[in-house]
Amino acid sequence: MSGSTRRLAINRLKDRGPLDAAAVDRFLARHEVPIVEGRRCTFLFRGEADEVWVRHRVLGLPDRLPLRRLHGTDLWSVVLELPESSRVEYQLEVRRGEHYEHLNDPLSPHRSHSPVGSSSVVFGSGYVDPEWAQHDPEARPGELVEVAVPSRALRRDARVTLYLPARFRRTRAYPLLLVHDGPDYLQYAAARTVLDNLVHRDEVAEVVAAFLHPGDRLVEYADSTAHARFVTDELLPWLERRFPLTGQPSGRCLMGASFGAVGALSTAYRSPETYGALLLQSGSFVFTDIGSDHGGGPVFDPVVRFTNRYRARPRAVADRVFVSCGVYEPLIVPNRSMVPVLSDTGMRVRYVESRDGHSWENWRDRLRDGLSWVFPGPRKYVYE
Amino acid sequence: MTVTVLGPQRRPTVGPLPAGTVAATVTAGWREREADDAELDALLGGRTVNLRLHARWLAVLDDDRELATAEVNHRAVLEELQDLYALRVDQQERAIEAIRRSATRPRTKSAALADAEETLRLVDAQHLARAAEARADFDAAWRPGDRVAVRRHRAEVAAVLRDAGVLVLAGGHVGVLLHVLRLFAVTPPADVLAWSAGAMALTDRVVLFTDGRAEAYAAGLGLLGGTVLLPHARRRLPMDDPARLGALARRFAPASCLVLDDGVQGLDKARVIGADGRVG
Repeated sequence: MSGSTRRLAINRLKDRGPLDAAAVDRFLARHEVPIVEGRRCTFLFRGEADEVWVRHRVLGLPDRLPLRRLHGTDLWSVVLELPESSRVEYQLEVRRGEHYEHLNDPLSPHRSHSPVGSSSVVFGSGYVDPEWAQHDPEARPGELVEVAVPSRALRRDARVTLYLPARFRRTRAYPLLLVHDGPDYLQYAAARTVLDNLVHRDEVAEVVAAFLHPGDRLVEYADSTAHARFVTDELLPWLERRFPLTGQPSGRCLMGASFGAVGALSTAYRSPETYGALLLQSGSFVFTDIGSDHGGGPVFDPVVRFTNRYRARPRAVADRVFVSCGVYEPLIVPNRSMVPVLSDTGMRVRYVESRDGHSWENWRDRLRDGLSWVFPGPRKYVYE
Repeated sequence: MTVTVLGPQRRPTVGPLPAGTVAATVTAGWREREADDAELDALLGGRTVNLRLHARWLAVLDDDRELATAEVNHRAVLEELQDLYALRVDQQERAIEAIRRSATRPRTKSAALADAEETLRLVDAQHLARAAEARADFDAAWRPGDRVAVRRHRAEVAAVLRDAGVLVLAGGHVGVLLHVLRLFAVTPPADVLAWSAGAMALTDRVVLFTDGRAEAYAAGLGLLGGTVLLPHARRRLPMDDPARLGALARRFAPASCLVLDDGVQGLDKARVIGADGRVG
């Protein structure tokens, strides 16, 4: 019997008739939870409760998926379709009387981390944790250097973490990657390791990366003039005076995820001759075609105004733009909608989708595609 | 002069040199790993002198900051030329593919394809001319061979080569290899042994190829005229697509496109891509 037609493990368990605690123990010991069988995924919870739900943010599915209790046991389950190569972050919500509790899946060891905490994560069949995002002892590490850049635009000394590639030399000229939400990219998307590995493998050019530490990111990255002035008029010249950078648009890339992608695009929009490339991940490009009810709340107001303005009068703001988005996140619609808008300006656009959500690991997993396209390494020159 | 070309050396086939022969080796294509040549030295019989061209190049850049700055700008020009040329190749290949897909009348289609392929050859030739012009301008403006920092290394390299019976060119970064071979005026002795990028550098036209795409890059040293060498072809070219392979062969004709598979020993053992895309 093929895997796709074989009865699910949870159903085989049910078929066995009356179940005792020991049978449930044996079942759980035999399976990794959640149980992924082809395109089906069984979420489980064990314990006394009045109701249990899977909470997730997968577009197209109900926010709360109720689990049902297996008769005569304290085991709860629900089966969900999980397409190949999916990656889904989730939590469980448990109600006991009037008390509601959100928790990571106690039966699963897999966790995903972000600035707002951790969540459980399940991988669909075929999902591959990219080895190029793991530490490679063969790859010589780049160096991280902390600097403070005085900014009149932001009215503060802006912290920036600089990445200098291994074997950094003053007699070279490096392209520059300006990364919004720098600390999060470093902590949650393994950006340093990814750069070390991809440079080592000749897939990405040796680059200097400036990881920006935002103040209030929801303000600074939401089409803020002050942020754009800081990046283009203060940070960029500051870096180009002190480090051996190409100093040409083709060697400058603005990168960001979510609001950071808005910060990247709006900065380039204000200075369309300055940057050669943009790397935009799950950009918060919420827009309205009519009216002003965008559903994002007040923090999205300036974003929507910017996106609407850009969509009404799009123009080329770089030579090439890499766009990625997860199909399970609500921003998939705005991102898909932006692709033809960006392309029609004459910019070269590469667009990549993944079966993932609005998460740092999704953005990590797309870094190879994005970085090797905006700043390709010398692979085509190397014949060992 | 005898030039022996080998296939890629991931599983080495290179053997010991005749007794008494000293080999000058070039592993500059390995870039920062240039000095990791103990295995190569052992395979060749333990009588090698590494010319250390990559290390010499870095030393020159440290010693002569004016030349270093000029080189940075020169490299930026060459890279931009290559990028712009790649855009033109991309457009032309898309046009060829579209013609192949959409035209229905055999004679019309055949003529349109021939014209499009001719345009692509013109794009290649124009790029090589522009790149050669940029290199000539740089050499004329900066005369690297006359600079103190370079002259000393050239003399040392020449002295090693005078005593060497064979020059061994390993693979790696073909752009770096070509650059340092020119910068230090490496003149091969009687015999040359080369593989992968080292062999490519000996041709009169170096062609880059990866992900099924080919780009002309630069003139090589010209010791192997009339050949385009394609090491690692199985990993980099659509070997199961005769239409595209045939287009590649016609594009670089009259030069022969030779596939350097693992284990090949000698150009006469290399397989040739025919104008019809067959490899044999």
